[in-house]
Amino acid sequence: MRSDVSQFDLTAPPSLDAVLATLAKEPGKHTLLAGGTELMVALGTGRLNQHSLLSIQHLRELRFIGVDDSAIHIGSGTTFTDIRRSKAITADLPLMAQSASWTGSVANQNRGTLGGNICNASPAADTPPVLLAYGATLTLVSASGTRTVPYAEFHLGYKKTALRPDELLHTINVPRTFAGYRQYIRKVGTRNAQAISKIALAAVAKLDGDRIADIRLGAASLANRPARCSAAEAALLNQRLDAANIDATVRAARAGLASEAKPIDDIRSTAKYRAAVAGNLLEEFIRSLVV
Amino acid sequence: MSERKPILGGSPIRKEGRAKVLGAAKYIDDQELPDMWFGATVRSSIARGTIRSITFSPEINWEEFAIVRASDIPGENTIVHLTKDHPCLAANEVNHPEEPILLLAHPDKTALIAAVRGVKIEYDELPGVFTIEESETAVENNDVERIIWPGSDQGGTANCFKTYLMYSGDAKETEDGLATAFENADFIVEGEYHTGAQEQLYIENNGVIAECFRDATGGIESLCVRGSMQCPYYLVHALTLVFNLPEDKCRVIQVETGGAFGGKEDFPSLIGSHAALLAMKCGHPVKITYDRAEDMAATTKRHPSRTRHRTAVSKDGKLLGGTIDVAIDGGAYATLSPVVLSRATIHAPGPYKWPHVRVKAKAMATNIPPHGAFRGFGAPQSLFGLERHMDKIAKTIGLTPEEFRRRNFLATGDCTATGQPLVEPVDMQGLLTRALREAGYHEKLARFAEENKTSSIKRGVGFASFMHGTGFTGSGERRLNSLVYLDVREDGRPEILVSSTEFGQGTNTILSQVAAQTLNLPYESIVVSPVDTSIVPNSGPTVASRTAMIVGKLVERASLQMLTLLRNEEKLPEAHTPEEFKAAALAYRAKHGSLRCSVRYEPPAKIYWDDELYRGDAYPGYAWAVYVAEVAVDMNTYMATCTRFDALQEVGMVMHPVLAKGQIEGGVAQGIGYALYEKCMWKDGRMMNNQMTNYIMPTSADLPPIHVHFEEVPSIHGPGGAKGIGELPMDGPAPAILNAIENATGVAFNTIPLLPEDIFERFTSFTDPELGGTEDMDPAVDRDTRVESAEVSA
Amino acid sequence: MSVIQFSVNGKRESIDVPPMKRLLDVLREDLHLTGTKEGCGEGECGACAILFDGELVNSCLVPALQANGARLCTIEGVSTEGHLHPIQQCFLEKGGAQCGICTPGMILATHHLLDKYPNPTMAQIQEGLAGNLCRCTGYMRIFESVQQAAQQANELTAKS
Repeated sequence: MRSDVSQFDLTAPPSLDAVLATLAKEPGKHTLLAGGTELMVALGTGRLNQHSLLSIQHLRELRFIGVDDSAIHIGSGTTFTDIRRSKAITADLPLMAQSASWTGSVANQNRGTLGGNICNASPAADTPPVLLAYGATLTLVSASGTRTVPYAEFHLGYKKTALRPDELLHTINVPRTFAGYRQYIRKVGTRNAQAISKIALAAVAKLDGDRIADIRLGAASLANRPARCSAAEAALLNQRLDAANIDATVRAARAGLASEAKPIDDIRSTAKYRAAVAGNLLEEFIRSLVV
Repeated sequence: MSERKPILGGSPIRKEGRAKVLGAAKYIDDQELPDMWFGATVRSSIARGTIRSITFSPEINWEEFAIVRASDIPGENTIVHLTKDHPCLAANEVNHPEEPILLLAHPDKTALIAAVRGVKIEYDELPGVFTIEESETAVENNDVERIIWPGSDQGGTANCFKTYLMYSGDAKETEDGLATAFENADFIVEGEYHTGAQEQLYIENNGVIAECFRDATGGIESLCVRGSMQCPYYLVHALTLVFNLPEDKCRVIQVETGGAFGGKEDFPSLIGSHAALLAMKCGHPVKITYDRAEDMAATTKRHPSRTRHRTAVSKDGKLLGGTIDVAIDGGAYATLSPVVLSRATIHAPGPYKWPHVRVKAKAMATNIPPHGAFRGFGAPQSLFGLERHMDKIAKTIGLTPEEFRRRNFLATGDCTATGQPLVEPVDMQGLLTRALREAGYHEKLARFAEENKTSSIKRGVGFASFMHGTGFTGSGERRLNSLVYLDVREDGRPEILVSSTEFGQGTNTILSQVAAQTLNLPYESIVVSPVDTSIVPNSGPTVASRTAMIVGKLVERASLQMLTLLRNEEKLPEAHTPEEFKAAALAYRAKHGSLRCSVRYEPPAKIYWDDELYRGDAYPGYAWAVYVAEVAVDMNTYMATCTRFDALQEVGMVMHPVLAKGQIEGGVAQGIGYALYEKCMWKDGRMMNNQMTNYIMPTSADLPPIHVHFEEVPSIHGPGGAKGIGELPMDGPAPAILNAIENATGVAFNTIPLLPEDIFERFTSFTDPELGGTEDMDPAVDRDTRVESAEVSA
Repeated sequence: MSVIQFSVNGKRESIDVPPMKRLLDVLREDLHLTGTKEGCGEGECGACAILFDGELVNSCLVPALQANGARLCTIEGVSTEGHLHPIQQCFLEKGGAQCGICTPGMILATHHLLDKYPNPTMAQIQEGLAGNLCRCTGYMRIFESVQQAAQQANELTAKS
């Protein structure tokens, strides 16, 4: 334990409105603490720089999974365990359930929240590639109002997001339009469980015969933020997967991905490996569409 | 007398198991003493240099703290192992990152966080060396700037802690024999093999609580240190020097220890001395417990190694002769490196008949925290090289790995490379046959070859054959001269008094089994004394796979002595009941005040060992094994996974099947980690991934089914025919797995840990013209090492 | 400081501690429940695992304030008056505990696992325990302990 806990303040405002009022009063002063699976690690290692924290873990109004005709709405305080146990998510958004299942261990899934995973903004986080592939939107709330932003526009840089200091991520909205889509996700971690991604790819594609009619790709650890792979998508859209075209399609897609990949060397892997394996995963997905 | 089931060979409940499953077992961090303070260590931030200044931040009230520096040490500033190069606290110069320089204590442990940061140390930096090669180069070039270790009176020379030169016979005759062998060889096969550092990663970090007692004049009367450790008498010895006190004034108590694996063999001497110095300074008991980051960054790891083989082979697959050069990276101080190197040397030729072999070994100094003991102790390193090399030779000369080994295995009556005749039965042929059968090796070999043609997941099988000596090397056990007591307590229960410690491997349980079996008493009636050096005799350190065989035998002999005594003195009947035993023992106690049998080590058979020539009976006994690994290599992710493991060993009679299986499985798991996951990332001598998040040990989801098989052949050395078992399972997994990966992919990898990034680099180099061009398209060509086909015209 | 109230092993507790104090330290230092261990302090090893409102959590990652009103169960609450819980008995018999330092967390993880999956598959066991690192056993004895505990519980249910 490398922090003096007496130097930190943590309060639990009674309601969401109270949290928003506090944030509005002194924007930037307070940091939200949900499941604690990130910030408490920083506390233990002496790296937690924020000294005034607001606990939102107890706010029931942020912990929900709502289903309407067009979308599933997930409260930011929903835990990974909640996501895994949700029949609606498992049925409509299987990649979501899958990525929740390999976020940390069971104990961490019981505490960690989807909102925390998004706002912590790690480029290696497990759920963002899925949200990018599914085209999620985020509902952000503050004392002065509510706004909705496409998730693909949320991450602005390394650990930088579009969230204003007085705002809180309220809901993650995921369209329920993937019934006819082929879906793929693969995480390459340091080991099979309790692992941080070296690279991960989530993909959804709609086929019209052997033509790719729609495609969306999200990746982890391929850039300084969770990244939608637009160049690879562009290379694939409307391409044909028949025997005559498949190899060229794969090559173009790999080239597209390579052009937009900006992975790094770090303690867990190398940039070269990440780029190459991302290409392999993409190829694995494309070839799986042929079957 | 009622017939009782044999206790040895049964699986009674672990002695301290109930406390463990209840969460009631008290580890060191679960304990506190009245008015106890907490200690912390201020460490060097550089790898090598001299200390220019130490300043204390004015923002901290230093009056509240006890501060210990090198000049406060009442005795010698050394942590003694084999030589005295290792300071307790750095005085003027530092030789590795995280070297202890100052110690702080305070009643509130929170206050230490800021205080450690409030000590500013300035250095004049000196260049460091961080690999075996850099250390060698400095010596070769006589680069005095990079001679980081001066030599010692224990045979060390500049940058080199120790060397060994071991011949399979008379030195001159062996050299001549080697010359002839290489001249006449049909094939000469060379190879170079590397292993990395490995963290022990016991789940309980190092920790101790020390007390210092003063006499009437204020002088230091005595010390008491309790803590998590393997070898309490090592710490006693260390304290006698640091405090200049006699042994009986340095009391050490081992408390429940949450894993050790060698990592708590020599290191507790350091942290124990530190806590005792702080206790001396502040007048309170002082607890030091490391957190995970400090434990990983500052304490010992397995020695990295490089093994080079050059082997002369005939075309009918006979070893004609070989030279083996082993180098290990010892870190900044000698510590146990000479002993680790010794085991690496002796195990380097493996379970094979070498007409002529020469092993040259050296332990080099680097500016890395000293490497230390870790299960296997040098043998996993040199056996990795050997068992990879055996597959390479087989491939070169066109035999299967199985057939080549079969033509060269040692057998009963043969002599090992040190000239030790194998008097007890050895059946490597039989072990190999059974291991391959248990693993379904031949069927898989054929099936995978077929399936791999069309699959992006390449599967393979491989194996390693090896042995591990149990007990101390050569004359080591005679020197240790271990002593064991067996008492009968006031309540009539026998009590075993040994310094052998329990840290999960089952010491308490198996020694109780031995006593119960021999005394013909229920297992439950046996008591194991707390390991407190004021009570227990020195039965040697708990290392080197020696406890079951050596200490177990002493407990067996003490038990027999007790029966004889009670039969002679108290007319205990030959076939006694527990009640009769108790009555006789209590009657004896009533007359004599106590009942104690004490037994000292005696070699059960004649053991000759020449420490100068490194020849003779290297170990009292060997455990023999064949391990088979099955792997899958995913060509999309370059990840190699072990998908099944079969471990067959001959370890004498199995004392406790459940514990023994647990030992083997645990060792295999560590071996799989060593091969495929666990990499220490170094930067200028500092471990960069000193967190569990970034040092990757296998979880329950990463390990394959591990099938454990025993071949039971009674040994004369251990109690009930048992031999040592603790280290053996660490030796085989890494070479077996890399052999399997070669079988799966056709590519030879000769460095561990082997991470997906390494496999990726190697595979992509085949197709990248800048990295080698077209000849590398053939994965059968081994780019790591050179293969000479010295085919003599037939 | 904040006054925090919760129940541990059925007993109501009220303590005054810094709100960011780790629940692990509250248990060990303030309540002297030292069966909960610290292995890594970063939620990686599971030695500090406890049940929090019936769910497995790593207590090193829970600030004390968030335990307000919670119902906690530590290893000390698994047995009843010195009688081992069947899971504990199985770990004892099958060699699931070696050095014992991961054992409390492992037993609570098993408890949680068997609550969710009374008949766990091997994959479910492997996943359920993946957050609890053990360096001694290689996990095989632990898997057997868990399987035996599941089997016994099922036989008991079948009888009643």
